[in-house]
Formats: sequence, structure tokens, C-alpha cells
Amino acid sequence: MSRIRNFSVIAHIDHGKSTLADRLMETTGAVTGRDMRDQLLDSMDLERERGITIKAQSVRLAYQALDGHSYTLNLIDTPGHVDFSYEVSRSLAACEGAVLLVDAAQGAQAQTLANAYLAIEAGLEIIPVINKIDLPAADPDRVAAEIASIVGGDPDDVLRVSAKTGAGVDALLERIVAQVPPPGGDPDQPLRALVFDSYFDTYRGVVCSIRLVDGRLDTGEQLLFMATGERHPANEVGVITPRIKPVPALEAGEVGYLITGVKDIGRIRVGDTVTTTARPATTALAGYDVPKPMVFSGLFPSDGDDFERLREALEKLKLNDASLLWEPETSRALGFGFRVGFLGLLHMEIVRERLEREYDLDLVATAPSVAYRVTLTDGTVKEIRSPQDLPEATAREVLEEPYVRAMIIAPSEYVGAIMELVQTRRGEMTHMHYLSTERVELTYQLPLAEVVFDFFDTLKSRTRGYASLDYEPSDYRVSDLVKVDILLAGQPVDAFSTITHKDKAYGYGKAMVERLRELIPRQLFDVPIQAAVGARIISRETVKARRKDVLAKCYGGDISRKRKLLERQKEGKRRMKMVGSVEVPQEAFIAALRVDPTER
Amino acid sequence: MKPAPTAVALAEAAGRLAGAYVHIPFCARLCPYCDFAVVPDRLDVADRYIAAVAAEVGMEPVWRPLDTVFFGGGTPSQVSVGSLSSIVDALAGRFGLADGVEVTVEANPEDVDLSYAHRLKVAGITRVSLGAQSFDPVVLASLGRRHDRTDIIRAVEAIRAAGIGSVSLDLIFGDPTETDSSWASTLHEAVTVGADHVSTYALTVEPGTELSRLVRAGGSGPDDDVQAARWETADRTLSAAGYVRYEVSNAARPGHESRHNLSTWAQGEYLAFGMGAHGHRSGVRRRNLRRLDAYLEAVELGRRPEAASDSVGGWDAELERLMLGLRRTVGVIKGVGGAALMASADGIRLATAEIVDEVDDRLVVRDPLRTDSVIRAVLALPARS
Repeated sequence: MSRIRNFSVIAHIDHGKSTLADRLMETTGAVTGRDMRDQLLDSMDLERERGITIKAQSVRLAYQALDGHSYTLNLIDTPGHVDFSYEVSRSLAACEGAVLLVDAAQGAQAQTLANAYLAIEAGLEIIPVINKIDLPAADPDRVAAEIASIVGGDPDDVLRVSAKTGAGVDALLERIVAQVPPPGGDPDQPLRALVFDSYFDTYRGVVCSIRLVDGRLDTGEQLLFMATGERHPANEVGVITPRIKPVPALEAGEVGYLITGVKDIGRIRVGDTVTTTARPATTALAGYDVPKPMVFSGLFPSDGDDFERLREALEKLKLNDASLLWEPETSRALGFGFRVGFLGLLHMEIVRERLEREYDLDLVATAPSVAYRVTLTDGTVKEIRSPQDLPEATAREVLEEPYVRAMIIAPSEYVGAIMELVQTRRGEMTHMHYLSTERVELTYQLPLAEVVFDFFDTLKSRTRGYASLDYEPSDYRVSDLVKVDILLAGQPVDAFSTITHKDKAYGYGKAMVERLRELIPRQLFDVPIQAAVGARIISRETVKARRKDVLAKCYGGDISRKRKLLERQKEGKRRMKMVGSVEVPQEAFIAALRVDPTER
Repeated sequence: MKPAPTAVALAEAAGRLAGAYVHIPFCARLCPYCDFAVVPDRLDVADRYIAAVAAEVGMEPVWRPLDTVFFGGGTPSQVSVGSLSSIVDALAGRFGLADGVEVTVEANPEDVDLSYAHRLKVAGITRVSLGAQSFDPVVLASLGRRHDRTDIIRAVEAIRAAGIGSVSLDLIFGDPTETDSSWASTLHEAVTVGADHVSTYALTVEPGTELSRLVRAGGSGPDDDVQAARWETADRTLSAAGYVRYEVSNAARPGHESRHNLSTWAQGEYLAFGMGAHGHRSGVRRRNLRRLDAYLEAVELGRRPEAASDSVGGWDAELERLMLGLRRTVGVIKGVGGAALMASADGIRLATAEIVDEVDDRLVVRDPLRTDSVIRAVLALPARS
């Protein structure tokens, strides 16, 4: 056990975490250069495309240290995005140390900090490292000072590496051995292993990532999952090197995988403690809270016949993503679908893309909404996840919305631009801290609803991409909120309803109505488009009826051609959604939902 | 308003006519909006082509005597009258010509003088359809036409003087250079010159044409609302001048309706000769090869120059009957297809909007400008056997 080091790498997107992982694997001989696929740890296509890591995975490295001893290093991967801070915490729970990796040119970013704070709270040893020192724009001295101002310590102690060239990587390995404490725990006690991740493999069933704290786990043993009470045999245990490698047993302090033959991932709870039925432990390890979805969106299949396929796809995704929650939702405009809860916007986008790409579904998603809290006149409190469910104003006593604590780090020259943006988003500054003369950390209280819609992109564009953002839920606050309904030909279209602040209702209604007027094709009738708050119409446009819908003539008696042409147009109409008597093209739903309810 | 019984009888009887369409693809040059089967500047093969068409007539199984013959193009007036005459003779020899046969030739105004018109008359041509398009020089230039308004007037007078009984003018509206007043005066001139029949076609941007390239490159194209207004102007003007609109785009003084076209809309049968020509016989719609060389080669090797054929029967034929008949002012016999339409959600919406209407056993489009809205609803009806 004294030769084991369990650690994570905490980094902002693009600060080189995956490259560093590759270099560590290569340096320790886990993979040879020839069969090294770039960025081995990221196995999902989407992760590669977005340059982020979604699922925590671990890899075991064998390292021959300068002290002459051979060490086992377990690198436990962490997601690099704010939406997945829950997964970061559970990865960190399997470690004793964390490498805080910061780009030598960009400096510390909000997410790096947020995750670093999580690691500090978890009592992990932090090893600050500056990466990309080979870049022409690298400014390691400045970045070292910044890091020291965040995690404390001496700027001179901050390691400097280039994951790309390999410079400094040997020193980092030595530092890990020297600085990360060996795992605690007692090999002679009954088995206690933390399930810190799990995923579903089509051939093997559920694969658990586990960290043994006490005792020993032998292949073939009968196991007890302490929280769920499930009993399963350890069909296979092993380590990832990064190939899957079965071993006869895992011991206290080690990290590896466990396959029990369970096919239904719902039966395995991440955060559970595994022990043996023969010699069960008396107390379980501290687990995790189930993450609470913060953002909700309706997902509807474009083709109503795909409803069941959508349900099946969601169930399959849930196999590897316990945080995904949904309930059936019916929309008059969009038919049958699901109200799906997500950890954040990125999570939402990833899930939607996976559904479309991996399950070949064509989806219409409604605008993201947060969970509002309403107290009714009779005193009952309800959570409102969809604008459709908001009770009438007369039935409401109090309407509250969720707030977040948002941390923004940016060069100080952009402070003005950021303050201006946050003000239009109803934010309140609570804290401002200069990390150095050039960079500043700003902390705000912001309504989550203002953050979920396009805030990050706007922040990026107003700061030329230099600002970074992280946020966490803080509390609920009473707000002056209204529901804006959109009516087509006099009929409200539920999928277009939005809850927004009273001061923004008019701007939103107007923008939405104008957008729809551009997107809805002319039809047989005039189509009035209205935005309304309650019974009050706040904006109106009309799509004038099509006056002419006839082709010139049956050219030279070419009846077949005209018929085919008209039939093709008929096919085009099939892709329209009938909302009452109005044909609305799918793109109207998608594009109109990009109208920002918080911007004006 | 009920369709006049005589108009209904005329329209429905046209479905029993026997027709022949002969395609003459030659043009002096390509008009920017045209996507017909045409070959500019290839008159060198005209004789070969005419011989091939005559040979193709000989390949068609014998049939009943023809009630209508239509020389379309292209520009039939690009070939000699002798050529047209030889084809009329071939048709007459193979199938016979019925009493009172209608023989139409499409012609460009600049090609028609008194001597030409006389020769047409002698060749048995009974009807000339002039590609006038407009009387406005600016519009004519924009449409790439080579004639001017005096050519049109001279051509009409020559046809009259030669004793040909029926003259039709094709007009195109909605060119971006056209104005409300220039369209009004074009209509006025068409009436004044004494056309028996006027076809008014909305300028359409067809893929692959020069016009479509211009529009894609940012040039101005026709506007739907403007064209709708121009169509209404034409409908009013012609109606006031004693013309009866018998189809979306066609109006005639009584007795001068194109029987060939009436037959098309009544789902009638017509043979097809020449490259790219379309025919309808015994429930089969067929079309000829659209490339000149391929067409000539096939015929000269003794093969029928057919590119494709579709058998249209049962429910398909019923929908087709409605699709064609609905373009007519008298509408179409409702039949099972029409009943299915009026029972469908689309049909009810169209009826509520007063776009389509049931009159006795007929289905009539009340708003001809939205005929295709009705036809699409017809074609969307679920299949049945």
C-alpha cells in the first residue's frame, strides 16, 4: 500500500489534461508510442469533439521511481466542465492527491478554481503544475504567482511541464510519488470498496469503477452492495492499463474495475460501498448525494411514431448517466415526448446530440427552463419544471426562482464589460478579487434562468474568449416573473411558452413574434401571431395568406412531372407540425427557441 | 355559381378526343426562362429530324382518326412549312384525320409573314399559337425575345389574311421589368389585335435555366403577390372583352377553346412524336428521349425513342383525373376521389376557406390562384385500391 498513489488531474478544457494523461502513460510504458491513440482516455466521439471528458475513468501506471522502488500510480480522470462537478467530486473521493494543471498562457480559469476548491475541501494534496511552457505566449511566472494566490504556497514550487514535448513530466511523476500520500485504510479489515463510477458495456453488462479502502476483493467472491442490499458475485476484477486486464484480486488502496454480471445499471448505485457476504463490514463509506437536475427541456420526436424509440434511447443513455431524469410530457403542438432534467446546458446538449447521433432520432427540443418554486394560495409548494405547469397568477401566492453563485475569472480590462452584462442578467456582485494586477475573480449571485440561456457564449464574446465561468446553486429568491404565451391563429402554442422576468416579457414577446413571422410560411389563411401575458396581448404580427399557389401550365402534356413536383411539395408538408390549423415547420421550433428570453 | 352546361359538355367530351403532339425542338436561341426540350442553332439537322419524326409515326400502332394535332416546341416556325406538312401527311396516312380536325402550330411572331401564313393554310393548319409573350419592348428584351410589338400585329394580320380560323397569343406575366401598366397595355393590345384565344402564363423560375442562375446570383425574380395581382388583372380584362377563361391560364372567345388542351385536362389520350415529347395512350403515360442525338439514333436504328413509361391506373388514375380537371373553370366530376377529398381534413379546410366548392356532382376550384393547394390535398389522400 505504501507504493500506491491515487491521483486526479484537474484542468480547464484545453489546458492539456488528456495530452498529459497520454504522456504519463507513454513515459511509464503503459502504452508504446506506436499503438498510442491520441488522448486515450477520452473514448466517446463526442468527448473528443468537444475536448472534454464526461465519464470518469481510471488507468493504472507502473512507475520506477528514482528512489529505486516501483510504484503503482492510479490516474483517475475527472470531467472538466461545470455541469459535471458532481462527477468531479466522486472521482476525487477515490484519490489522495490532485494535479492542478493550468495553461501557461491562459492562466487559471473559473472551472479550474472550482474544481481545485472541491479537491481542497476533500482534503486532497494539491500539486500545482503549469502546462504548455513550450508555447510562445507562455508566461509561467505570472501563472505561477496566480496559482500561489489561489491555493497558497510558493510560486517557485509550481512545476512547469510541457505535456506535448514531455518536458518536466519525469519531475511531475517524482513529485506525485513524493507528495501524494499513500492510501490509508486497513488491508486486514473486512472489504470496503467505493463504487465511484459505473458504465454499461454491451457485452459485459455493468462495469463498476471501484476504489478499495479496506480489505481485499478476490475474483469469485460473493459481494454485498451495502446501500442497495444487492448480492452479486465478483465475476471478474481487474485493472485498466489502459487495456482491460483481469487480476485474481484487488487489495486495499487499489483502484480497478468490477464485473458482477448485473445487466441493469439501475441496480448499481454509484457511491455505494461493496463488501463481502462472508465477512461484511459494519459501516459503509460516505457516499454521495444524487445530483439534482437544474435545467429542464422538453424533448419530442419529430415523427410521433418515434416516441417509443426515444424512451428506449433515454433508458439506454441512463445506463451510463445516472443523473439523467425524465417524465412523460404531452404538448398540444409537439405531441408526446419527455420533460428531461439535466445537470446543465452542456449536459443537455450532449444528451440531445447523442440521442440524435447514436440513436438516429430527429428531435424537437423546447427552450430550456429552470425549476421554479411556487407557493399556492392554499399554502402548498410546487416545483414548476415546465412553463405549461405554472398555475394562473390568481392561484399563486409566491413565485421563486433558483439563484446560483457564479464565479467569473477574466483579464481586468474586461471588468466593465462583464459588469454590464451581468447587470442586464439581473446579477448582483458579491465579491471581487484581483488574482494579479491583470486578472480578476468576480463572484455574483445570478438567477439560474439568466445563466442557462446563452450567458456563457455572450460572456465569451464580450471578453474575446478570455473569461471563464463556473457556477453552483445557491438559493431560491422571490422574483417578479410572468409567463409569456405565444398564440398562433388565436391558439396558444404550449411549446413556445416561457417564464421570464416581467421587465423582459415585452422584448421577448416581440422578438419571438417577429422570428416566427419569418419562419412560418404563408398559408391558405392569414395567420396572426401574438405574444400574451395572461389575457394581455403584448405583441402581434401576421403572416399574410398566400395569394397564389398554382403552377403555370402542364408543360407539353408532361403530367407525370407536374404530379411528381406536387407530390414532393406534399412530402415537404409532412415535415410540418400542424398546430391547430397552422402548418409550422420544424425549424421554427428550433430557431424560435433560440430567442433569448433574458436579453432585452 | 354553376358552370354553364355547354361548357361542361365541351370540357368532358374533350376526354374522348384523339390527339397527337409533335415536338419541334429547334430555336434560334435559348430564352432565359425556358426549360423545355429545345436545341438552339441546330437547323442543320432539321431535315434529318423531320424524317425521323415521320419514321416514328410509322412505328406507332395504328389508332383512331386524330381530332387534334399540335406542333409545339421549341419553335415549329423554325422548320419549313413543307416539313410540317410532311408530318401532317404522315399522321393522316397512318391514323387518318377526323372531320374538323384542329391542327395547331406554335410560331414566333417574327417568323410569320403573309406568304408563310398562306403556306400554313395550304398545309391544313387551322390554328396558330403565337409566342407573343408581351407587347412591351422592355419586357420582351428581358425575356430574351427577338420580336417587337409590330411583329406580333403583323403576324396576327397575316394569319387572318391567309384565312386561318383561329389565332392564339401566349403571354407571360410577372417579369421583374414588367409594371402593372405595361401588363395592362399588353392585355389591351392582345384584345385589340383580335386574338381568338389568350394564354397567360406566370413567369416561373425553373431549375437549370439562365433565369434561375440570375436569381440565385441575387438578380430579381418574379414575386408571387405581384403575379397574383397580374393574373387577376388578366382575368378581369379578358372577361370584360368577351373571353371566357376555361382553365387557370387559358381564355378564349366561345368556340375558340383549344381542343387539344381541353383533352389534356380531361385526361384524354394523345400520341407523342419527337424528342422529349409526352404521350398518353391506353392508360400509359410515356415520354421520349430528351437528347437530340439519342432520339435521332434510336429512330434511325428502327427503335422507338422511348425514355420511360408509367402505367397509371386505379386510384392513381382517379387522383390524376382530379389533378387535371381541377384546373378547369368547370371543375371536375367529383367521383370517389373528390368525395374522399371533401371528407378529409384538408378538404374541409379548403371548403371552409372557399377555395374549393361542391356544385351538384362537380368539384370546382373557386380561387384558381390556389389550385395547387387543392391538388396537393388530392395527392395527399391515402391510397386505396
